[in-house]
Amino acid sequence: MTRVQFVRWVLKPAVFAASLAPLGVLVRDALTGGLGANPVEEITHRTGLTAITFLTLTLAVTPASQLLGAGWLVRFRRMLGLFAFTYAVLHFLMYVADQTWLAGQGLSLALVAEDVAERPYITVGFSAFLLLVPLAVTSTRGWVRRLGGKRWQRLHQLVYVAAAGAVFHFLWLVKADTRRPALYGGALVLLLGYRLARRRAARRRRTASIPAPAAPEESTASG
Amino acid sequence: MLIKRPDDIRSSEITDEAAYLDRRRFLGTAAAAGATLLASAAVPGLLAACDTSAEEARPAGTQEDELTPYDDVTSYNNFYEFGTGKDDPVRQAHTLRTRPWTVVVEGEVHRPQTFDVDDLRRRFPAEERVYRLRCVEAWSMVIPWLGFPLKDLLSAVEPTSQAKYVAFTTLYDPQQMPGQRRSVLPWPYVEGLRLDEAMHPLALLAVGLYGKELPNQNGAPMRLVVPWKYGFKSIKSIVRIRLTREQPPTTWNVSAPHEYGFYANVNPAVDHPRWSQKRERRLGDLFKRPTLPFNGYGEQVAQLYAGMDLARYF
Repeated sequence: MTRVQFVRWVLKPAVFAASLAPLGVLVRDALTGGLGANPVEEITHRTGLTAITFLTLTLAVTPASQLLGAGWLVRFRRMLGLFAFTYAVLHFLMYVADQTWLAGQGLSLALVAEDVAERPYITVGFSAFLLLVPLAVTSTRGWVRRLGGKRWQRLHQLVYVAAAGAVFHFLWLVKADTRRPALYGGALVLLLGYRLARRRAARRRRTASIPAPAAPEESTASG
Repeated sequence: MLIKRPDDIRSSEITDEAAYLDRRRFLGTAAAAGATLLASAAVPGLLAACDTSAEEARPAGTQEDELTPYDDVTSYNNFYEFGTGKDDPVRQAHTLRTRPWTVVVEGEVHRPQTFDVDDLRRRFPAEERVYRLRCVEAWSMVIPWLGFPLKDLLSAVEPTSQAKYVAFTTLYDPQQMPGQRRSVLPWPYVEGLRLDEAMHPLALLAVGLYGKELPNQNGAPMRLVVPWKYGFKSIKSIVRIRLTREQPPTTWNVSAPHEYGFYANVNPAVDHPRWSQKRERRLGDLFKRPTLPFNGYGEQVAQLYAGMDLARYF
């Protein structure tokens, strides 16, 4: 079995199954009363936490593949990103249900819109979620072709904004214990920092490789 | 549609207003009552005496308030001294040693004293009170507490005429309370009431729930329960009660003053800056219910705040 085959037929299905595990555990706990005294809150928190975890993992793929020299890792990036989106959808749906149906309000989208507008941490979280939608839609090979690599890449840089939004959303909602959101924030800073440093290094290399124009110092000195 | 809610408390339990206002004589009577109770302190089996079933103890007119199951009451707790997760206290609070335990009552009182918690319990027999507990996080429970009115203890130490507030302090011991090793909040936890709030007959010092000893995660061996205020006012594992002239600094109010006021009365009209307080989820319910002003105890306590702007003094 070649490495490509191994990745496609063994590793990918394994990662796919592992990515479904948080949902499986959630369903199991929901059926066995394992969600504690406040299941709605538990589902909201768990799906949110899982979404931001997958978002962080997605952003870690490129640096990891470069640092480890393991280019094949990039093959998992889209899957992880789509799982981040999937869990974000579940998180969002639970929130909407909690605001409308479970609040005895019927499915009023106006109510959701009002809450989104009124509460900054919801505004930020909702914006981050919205930013993920076009990325999920254009995650297919066909869309890369249609948009062209450069434009596609630029569009998908929105994921940084979404991730930052998700971290702020998390940081903003905790009452006093900021340890966990800070952990995700730290990871995000590291992953973005790595990219910026790498880009700067690349630019420096480019400028260094351009032949320097004739040095003016000598002529000034002699003149 | 105006519906007068039936009283949650039998009228026989409510102090007559005239007696309530006649504070000086009231204190004298209370002191006499305290002495009588002291005389009967030899009676053992304090908790057993209160082992009436919750069904009997529930006041008329509150049938809609089903008791929250014991397991939920004792496994879903905010007690940051044992971690900030809801299930941290039930897992970690076993490290708390609740005996021997003393409570210092001091400050603006004529008779400052250090009480052993067991002496307190002999002196002030526990009665069952079914109260709603509304957390500032918009969930709520209904709990059958065992305890005695805070006013009984305060009367026993005879507040001076200077006493205006009561400050309560939780144990500070990072060895026993692992959550205190991180400065999530300024430790020790401190809460406070205005003296008239503290003297209100609904304000309870709880020593048990569901007819049993108070579990550690619920604030053993003795905690405050102020049912018309958000849960964080009901301070747990109390070691110090200090009567003061000035409003004491209180933990959440110091930590985030624009989010948590000193009064913290349950009020659906004043949202938390980050979330709505209009509704709450009663644990065990899927659907939320409207939150009531003063957590439904308005008829008993609203007069304490007559003329106050509750949006300002939130």
